Amino acid sequence: MISEIGLIALSIAFLFSVYGTIGSAYGGLRNRPAWVESSRNASLLVFPLLSLSVLVVVYNLYVLDLSQAYVADVASRAMSTFLRVTALWGGQQGSILFWAWIMSGFVAIVLLRKWERDRELIPYVIAVSMLTTTFFVGVVVFITNPFARLWHVPGAADLTTSVFQPINAMPYIPEDGQGLNPLLRHFGMIGHPPTTYIGFTGFVIPFAFAMAALITGKSQEDEWIRTSRRWTLVAWIFLTIGLILGGRWAYDVLGWGGFWGWDPVENAMFMPWLTGTAFLHSVMMTEKRGMLKRWNMVLIILTYALTVFGTFITRTGVISSVHAFSKSALGPAFFIFIGLTFIGSLSLLFSRWDALKTEHQLESFFSREAAFVLQNMLFLAITFAVFWGTVFPLLSELFTGTKITVGPPYFQKVTGPLFFALVLLMGIAPLFAWRKQAAHSLGRAMLLPLAASLGITAIWGYSHRMHPAPIFGLWLVSFVLLTILTEFWKGVRARMQGRGENLFLALSRLIGRNHRRYGGYVIHLGVVMIALGVIGDAYFKQETQGTLTAGQSLTVAGYSLRFEGLNSYPGTDGREVIEANTTLLKNGQTVRPMQPRRDFFIVQEQPVTVPAVYATAGTDVYIMLLDWQDDGRSATFKIYINSLINWVWAGGVIMMLGTLVAAWPPRDGQKETTYQLRPQVFGPQPSTGD
Amino acid sequence: MKRKLLFILAFVLAASLLTVMIVNAQDGQPRIPTDDEVNAVAKKLYCPVCPNTPLDVCETQACKDWRAQIRDQLAAGWSEQQILDYFVQQYGERVLGEPQRSGFTSMVWVLPLIAVLSGIVIVWQVLRSWRLKRAEQVSSEISTPNSSDRISKELRALVEKELKEID
Amino acid sequence: MQLDQDQNWEKRMADIETKISSTPLIVEEPGLNTTQPQRKWKTGGIPLAFVLVLGLLGLLAWGLKKAQAGPVDSGLAPDFSLTGFDGRTVTLSELRGQVVIINFWASWCPPCREEAAYLEQTWRKYKDRGVVFIGVDYVDTDKEALAYIQEFDITYINGPDIGTRISQAYNIKGVPETFYVDKKGQLRGVHIGPLKAPELDQKIEELLAEPDPGN
Repeated sequence: MISEIGLIALSIAFLFSVYGTIGSAYGGLRNRPAWVESSRNASLLVFPLLSLSVLVVVYNLYVLDLSQAYVADVASRAMSTFLRVTALWGGQQGSILFWAWIMSGFVAIVLLRKWERDRELIPYVIAVSMLTTTFFVGVVVFITNPFARLWHVPGAADLTTSVFQPINAMPYIPEDGQGLNPLLRHFGMIGHPPTTYIGFTGFVIPFAFAMAALITGKSQEDEWIRTSRRWTLVAWIFLTIGLILGGRWAYDVLGWGGFWGWDPVENAMFMPWLTGTAFLHSVMMTEKRGMLKRWNMVLIILTYALTVFGTFITRTGVISSVHAFSKSALGPAFFIFIGLTFIGSLSLLFSRWDALKTEHQLESFFSREAAFVLQNMLFLAITFAVFWGTVFPLLSELFTGTKITVGPPYFQKVTGPLFFALVLLMGIAPLFAWRKQAAHSLGRAMLLPLAASLGITAIWGYSHRMHPAPIFGLWLVSFVLLTILTEFWKGVRARMQGRGENLFLALSRLIGRNHRRYGGYVIHLGVVMIALGVIGDAYFKQETQGTLTAGQSLTVAGYSLRFEGLNSYPGTDGREVIEANTTLLKNGQTVRPMQPRRDFFIVQEQPVTVPAVYATAGTDVYIMLLDWQDDGRSATFKIYINSLINWVWAGGVIMMLGTLVAAWPPRDGQKETTYQLRPQVFGPQPSTGD
Repeated sequence: MKRKLLFILAFVLAASLLTVMIVNAQDGQPRIPTDDEVNAVAKKLYCPVCPNTPLDVCETQACKDWRAQIRDQLAAGWSEQQILDYFVQQYGERVLGEPQRSGFTSMVWVLPLIAVLSGIVIVWQVLRSWRLKRAEQVSSEISTPNSSDRISKELRALVEKELKEID
Repeated sequence: MQLDQDQNWEKRMADIETKISSTPLIVEEPGLNTTQPQRKWKTGGIPLAFVLVLGLLGLLAWGLKKAQAGPVDSGLAPDFSLTGFDGRTVTLSELRGQVVIINFWASWCPPCREEAAYLEQTWRKYKDRGVVFIGVDYVDTDKEALAYIQEFDITYINGPDIGTRISQAYNIKGVPETFYVDKKGQLRGVHIGPLKAPELDQKIEELLAEPDPGN
């Protein structure tokens, strides 16, 4: 009964989405405000309807209604209530419904805002965003419906999943559900899909604005860019969090001591993040100098296209990946969607290409404008390299018939130098002034950080003789760190001397007066910390593996692991736990006992290795129990020494903090300081169309 | 009596010599490669069956068999390159983590390089054209003293008309 | 009244703004001709961008079709030569006139073990009646494969699929998979998963009953 309500709400939502799309497009093209208004209302209603459907699915999971195929798929009796409820996004059907729900929520927010100067854009913003929503809701209704049940059709070997009863079929209600894949039962995997989906779907709105601006020919206006910037910032934050949570999950659960595997699905998330970051920066050029409008349009379209591409390869398994969802009939539907999106947006972009032209004037190569252009180029180059490496196996198979693997060695070697250049630019560019930077003042600004970083690197490199590459990396990290700190110090010192404020007051007022700038610096600080972690992971990682009997030890990098014994016990969540008792020693001194485990999930017949980790600021000692022999008298262990890895997580947290600071709305009565630096003109002249 | 003793002595000597030889022969046998040595080779390979999983971390039975095979090959004195070549021949090119730099696969390395170089060239050209436009405008501004002529007649007429309507 | 006036005023201003923004401000001077290099970019760039995007879509369509396609189950059976662990070689095209059962397996595959005994038993029953069994070992190690063969006392030819060429030709999605080839060399179906008695017997009888192809 309750599921029927959910199904009906879902179907009505679909109908409203279709109407919203067609009605607003018609209303906009034929200039019929009544149609636009009613489409707007229909579109607003999609969110509450989908919320009802989502609630019904959550309810079904909560009470474990096993007559529902989706519940039988992702939930089981042994799972805790919390896990059962979050299994809403644990399987294909639920996760697409979840995606559609979030998207409809964003559309509702956009439709409820004040539309001052952008009134002309409304019909097309609705049309484009509702077209996307219609597609996703349609997929949920017709292809992967979370309200389908299991049926036993006479004569068929397997069970049939269907919303409506097939002829002569009997309903089938299993004893217990399959349960969520054990690998997914981790806080990172619980937080990762929602944040990632919010990130991905968030980009629909700026895209819809861009399309609307192109359709109406109002692309010269600045206002839609300002709106796009705010939406992109929100989507970007969540995408960043999603990336970090995904990495953390991989590190904790997958048991190979790493957090990023350059798997196609991971890359699919990373690419829109890269172009989204490029957009967030280049839009500053538009705000301050009115430049790069056409380029910003391209970036938004590219970012959205990459999110669509990303969801396509994740859900259809076109490119083989460890992350692939279970295959389904989604492929052709998604392909049509992605085809329409690419070709539609490209055609629209080129039809208005000339209208997007703006007057660009550069006074000097030695300016922040030039730095921004260079930065954008680097971001795009990295995106291309990642994209190329991701689709190349497919290309190779098409042209040569041989399957190949493009793995981390490729991505690291190709993107490594580009990231180096990008981080270096990140440190230097804020020191550049707009329009024209005088060389001597730049030199002065860079002198102290440069000298100090060279000094630190020299001392460190001398005492730890090694491969040159990480030395460059460490110099980079120390140099950029010092330039950022110098920027803070300059501001703080000026306030302390000028206004007599103490350090903390000066710092908080400094940041308070210019959120965006100093928030940005904090984000850059987070990036530097992540860079440090990545360098540690790439160059300073050590590992060892060995089989031990009781009393024996395994040694690596000054650490030593002594095996004491094994014991087993039943664990929560329907698992059987085999736990090893070991003691970790450093340079002969006992540090603490560690218990790496291997959990076996009985229903899914799947083992999960749970590492024991000893974490310090500088290192993680990551211990895994791989195997055991002779009834537990001997066991095989693997130890990873992950140097500097915790800087990645710390850097992620700092990035989030920085984003909060940057996005914080300015206090009342204090307008955002956006400098209106227009091209310098001689004599009385009207400004060029901005 | 003496002959018997001599025989016993010779026998004991021969026996001990034999023992020493046998012990020496044991020392000459190849030692078992450590897990770390196996992993060092396995790291460069990918599981032929599971997607995108390096061979040293994969935990399936198949991967355990392959690592055991690497161990045997190392014990038999194979070099790392020989083992890698063997895997490629047996299981196809997809077992290599790093794409080869020959044949069609070289394109995966070449194109990003071309992209970066073209990117640098494009950036240079774009910045240069902006700079030239700036220079042009500065010079043309300097050379047209009467700037009010640049406002089009159309706009003037329009503005004057609107101003009249407002009052 | 005041409200109406304000609204009119706003509308007026908006109208004026629209008109101004669509009216050329600066008269185009012949000297400032910056459109030509841009036109060159445009005529070249746009078709190129479309070609690239269409190419990408084509690639994805091809990839999708490939990912969704199951194992080959009709048409002429792809030809191959297999060298067995025991040294003998067999070529599929040379087996015309006989019914051929091609079984893909691996030692690390538990379901394969379920059907191993049944396969060997069926082989022994039909080997003198014009049926050939070929076992293709999919990405396996020689040591484990030989141990498997010995464990189940398999006597029909089994060999490793070097470079996974045969597996790719038959587009298998996993192991075990068994392909049926008739006397004319045509594929007559595929069984995915372990075979259970009497499925294989039935299929062989069906294919044996067909007339021999003329020489």
